[in-house]
Amino acid sequence: MTRETFRLPDVGEGLTEADVLQWHVAVGDTVTVNQTLVEVETAKAAVELPCPFDGTVRELLAAEGDTVAVGSPLITIATGAEEPEPAPAASEGSGAVLVGYGTSAAATRRRRRRPVTPEPARPDVGNGNGERPRATPPVRKMAKDAGVDLAAVAHDGERISREDVRRHLERDEAPSTPAEPGETRERIAGVRKATAAAVTASAFTAPHVTEFLTVDVTETVATVAALKEHPAFAGVRVTPLLLVARALLSAIRHHPEVNARWDEANQEIVRLRTVNLGIAAATGRGLIVPNVPDAGSLTLPGLARALEDLTTTARAGRTPPERMRGGTVTITNVGVFGVDAATPILNPGESAILAVGEIARRPWEYRGEVALREVTTLSLSFDHRLVDGELGSRVLARVAAVLRDPARELLLD
Amino acid sequence: METYVLLGADGRLSDEPAARDVTPELCRGLYRDMVLARRLDSEAYSLQRQGELGLWLQCLGQEAAQVGSIRAIRDDDPVFPSYRDHAAALCRGIGPEALLAQWRGVRQSGWDPAEHRFGVYTLVLAAQLLHAVGYAMGVQRDGTDEVVLAYFGDGSSSEGEANEAFNWAATVNAPVVFFCQNNQWAISTPTSRQFGAPLHRRAAGFGLATELVDGNDVLAVHAATRRAAETVRRGGGPALVEATTYRMAGHSTSDDPTRYRTEAELDHWRARDPIDRLRTLLDREGWADEAFHADLDAEADALGAETRRVCRAMPDPDPSTMFDHVLPGGSPVLAAQRDGYAAYLASFEDAS
Repeated sequence: MTRETFRLPDVGEGLTEADVLQWHVAVGDTVTVNQTLVEVETAKAAVELPCPFDGTVRELLAAEGDTVAVGSPLITIATGAEEPEPAPAASEGSGAVLVGYGTSAAATRRRRRRPVTPEPARPDVGNGNGERPRATPPVRKMAKDAGVDLAAVAHDGERISREDVRRHLERDEAPSTPAEPGETRERIAGVRKATAAAVTASAFTAPHVTEFLTVDVTETVATVAALKEHPAFAGVRVTPLLLVARALLSAIRHHPEVNARWDEANQEIVRLRTVNLGIAAATGRGLIVPNVPDAGSLTLPGLARALEDLTTTARAGRTPPERMRGGTVTITNVGVFGVDAATPILNPGESAILAVGEIARRPWEYRGEVALREVTTLSLSFDHRLVDGELGSRVLARVAAVLRDPARELLLD
Repeated sequence: METYVLLGADGRLSDEPAARDVTPELCRGLYRDMVLARRLDSEAYSLQRQGELGLWLQCLGQEAAQVGSIRAIRDDDPVFPSYRDHAAALCRGIGPEALLAQWRGVRQSGWDPAEHRFGVYTLVLAAQLLHAVGYAMGVQRDGTDEVVLAYFGDGSSSEGEANEAFNWAATVNAPVVFFCQNNQWAISTPTSRQFGAPLHRRAAGFGLATELVDGNDVLAVHAATRRAAETVRRGGGPALVEATTYRMAGHSTSDDPTRYRTEAELDHWRARDPIDRLRTLLDREGWADEAFHADLDAEADALGAETRRVCRAMPDPDPSTMFDHVLPGGSPVLAAQRDGYAAYLASFEDAS
């Protein structure tokens, strides 16, 4: 019997880690080659991994909900003699990290460069008595790969075991603070972790400016009602968001400089020819921003279908990773939560985001009198490094102009 | 042009004259080729999901188009494949190790094209069609009776190279059969957005003899390709076979086809599975007994195990070898790059 370890492969998206969604096997189960072992979720999509070996499951090295780095061990399987694996090279997880960009980004697994000047030899830190902590070579390697100093690992027996190292790692990774009465703690993982990293990066690299404009959208509401009856929109949902999207596309057509990206590394402003229109979507798994590629090329019915498809796919949690990359501008519909305005944070790599507030009937000046009109507030945040106040204001004004009188303004496009 | 069919989707032979040439031996042989190819293909897919291959492009669903065509030509007829032609390669004796090496990223290609009369995979769309025509011009000058077979897809047909190859082959009467596996999708682009007129009609305009064949009917593909190849061999000028088939899997392991096509479309093609169709004929006519299927299952299992074994056993090449085949004889600039890269690798702490 040999014990084989299956490591988390890069499933081809160039992602660095995945969350374990669901194990399809348990310790002690007999497994066969290509049987589904586990379903994992990268920051963006769920993938089933097939078993490389025949054998018996010995250890599950990650629990459901754990975040695992590409190249980390997932499961060990004791294999029989039926299909002997050649040479240690194979069992050393031959190439779970064979391809992709995955491992280079995981800091703990990055190979360290040799120092240019040799460090003076120093004794290993031991357990206070100058002795090197005792452990077998595989355990040493496991600790080294995981970036764990063996001297810091608590252990009962004479030698540090694999289990001891794992407990040490879990101690690091599990919520380290015991929950106080009246609170619960949950590890930060998956979409939540990705969202946090993205908004933090965006908020602290791109200086945000947010402008507000409140606009009478009674005509937009009427147009939406009329379009619903039109045969071109049969079978597709027509909502005010469709016209907001169309208005933003119009504003970008009039002011294409806003469809751009700040390339810090190359010190360049990248102007983008196509508009990939992102829509922020609240899903069961958290906030995601899928986009409609080349939204500017679509007809209005085409755009309606694309938006509906995008939101239903997102709500079902089936948005594939490629639909979340390459967005150039985003709309977030905070109105659905009944609020008026927001100061939205830019989707990283984009230079503008439009928040739409609730459309509500309010007393409003109309033809010299006060009337009850459908009114909403638009909030536009932009990256002030490349979008000046004048440009940002013109974009926002154009969006408002289209929504105020869509039929006339879209003729001018 | 009507689609040429010998074995209908219901597994019944038509009354076309060529149906009289169908023998139990032929059917068993083609069936075996397709079953083995599908097994290798699905093993390679799993190996990619296990992190053993960088990428894999499945031929699932296209076995009949590949097996039927390559079995219709002579073993010494040179073939210029695209990159999804695993079933054809397998028929030419190219084994799993050779087929997987490139996708594991350990070699630039897996086999000797001269030995197998089967070119290396060409990922530059339609480039192999020009290579094939050039080779066919060499055949003309050598005065042999070889027929060159070139595989390509519906997406490739939009490349300028494809149309140049068709035109030039017809102009110089090159002995080549262009074989299009029209699998309906160029990654996510459907054929409806690929061309306005069917490919076989365009080919006729270039002056090529054309065949339109049900690409999931291995017997029709075999008969049509044989007919085309024999015309070419007799000096009748180049031909194009358009085989209508379907890519049942994604474009590659990095592609999610559920994004752009429907389950109903898949169901339509599942009902036209090329292997099931031939199996129906074998069973009804009693041309293959239980022992045949048991042996074939065992052979497929062995091929699957062999595929896994050889894939994992392939050693990683020395990184410096990537500089070896850039230019014949190398160059001072390449040598400097190679040495610089070696020094960089040696600068890591765990470098041996």
